[in-house]
Amino acid sequence: MKCRVCGQPANINLKAYNTALCAEDFISFLENRVLHTIKKYHLIEDGDIPVVAVSGGKDSLSLWHIMNKLGYGADGIYIHLGIGEYSDISLTKIQHMADTLKRKVYIFNVHDLFRKGIDELARAMRRPPCSACGMVKRYIMNRVCIDKGYTVLVTGHNIDDEASALFGNLLYWKREYLWKKNMVLHGIEGHLSKKVKPLFLCSEREMAAYAILCNIDYIYEECPFSVDAKSLVYKGMLNKLEELSPGTKIRFLKGYVKMVKEEVEERDYCAICGYPSYGGKCNFCRLLERFKIQGNIYFEEHGACNLDSPQRMVT
Amino acid sequence: MRVEWDGRALELVKPMLVSKLLEHFSLSNETHLVIVNGRLVTEDQKIGKDDEVKFVRVVSGG
Ligand SMILES: [Zn+2]
Ligand SMILES: [Zn+2]
Repeated sequence: MKCRVCGQPANINLKAYNTALCAEDFISFLENRVLHTIKKYHLIEDGDIPVVAVSGGKDSLSLWHIMNKLGYGADGIYIHLGIGEYSDISLTKIQHMADTLKRKVYIFNVHDLFRKGIDELARAMRRPPCSACGMVKRYIMNRVCIDKGYTVLVTGHNIDDEASALFGNLLYWKREYLWKKNMVLHGIEGHLSKKVKPLFLCSEREMAAYAILCNIDYIYEECPFSVDAKSLVYKGMLNKLEELSPGTKIRFLKGYVKMVKEEVEERDYCAICGYPSYGGKCNFCRLLERFKIQGNIYFEEHGACNLDSPQRMVT
Repeated sequence: MRVEWDGRALELVKPMLVSKLLEHFSLSNETHLVIVNGRLVTEDQKIGKDDEVKFVRVVSGG
């Protein structure tokens, strides 16, 4: 197979786009798609200060790399969940990327605050680890944005993550969650930061290829808790459909984006921290109270002391 | 050829196309990338008997 742009031997075949590309042309093709997504769907606008949620995996590290390459200077946030070696290796890879990009990364350590790793914390909360993890992550990421002045939280969700989650929500008609799969979720001034997903139209396969071709050193191992059997089945089924009819996943999500409307939820705000909550206190503050933890939430900061970040975007 | 897959290493004698090799392991092009001698390749690439092959899984659990 030859590269459609330059005629050199191709490194990747993209059936959904009916094309094959060499390493160099694929890299610009993917970066352009991310840029196009950011601009067309107004993910990041003039005056925004973006920060990327990084896990150490291929999607978030590549996204962080791409954003900075495209001129969207962004710092990172990492939540160290205290899952043994897995969390430590992820952190090393993230710090390495922060140094390469000359950006700052905020590190929140679950164990430092709770004196427990996420698995123990989940047991104490009587929740599955992924549910406890999601709750802590959402809270802390938002907290970094609000406390440190970032206006938009950028996450590495790709087309496979979103299509499989949407498929699951449709299958069981979870109407109240349907609109939340969109690539932009607007914030509430002073309470909730805007969230965006620039890899919304990029597949896992493309992101893995991008990371390999750009020599991005990501963690290949899975989080030992994150293997969600159902979501893997949905991903597998969607990939089968994709094989039979290339472009299915993109059409599924583009159609969704066209028809979905963001809904306004009736919410209170936590009396202690201001985070949206149902009832007087948010889940996170309840958790702190339960373990009798007082004082400020502390973020370690790694890298980029020479820059005056956060920086406001001029696009 | 030497094939590395999720920490396991196997030896195969017969040269074949990448697409055939994926089929041989019941893997899909959508879920695995194939690296031959350190280079990402397309399914029509022929793999010789002295080549080193690595599968990279692209699907993650979350
Ligand atoms: Zn080319
Ligand atoms: Zn609170």
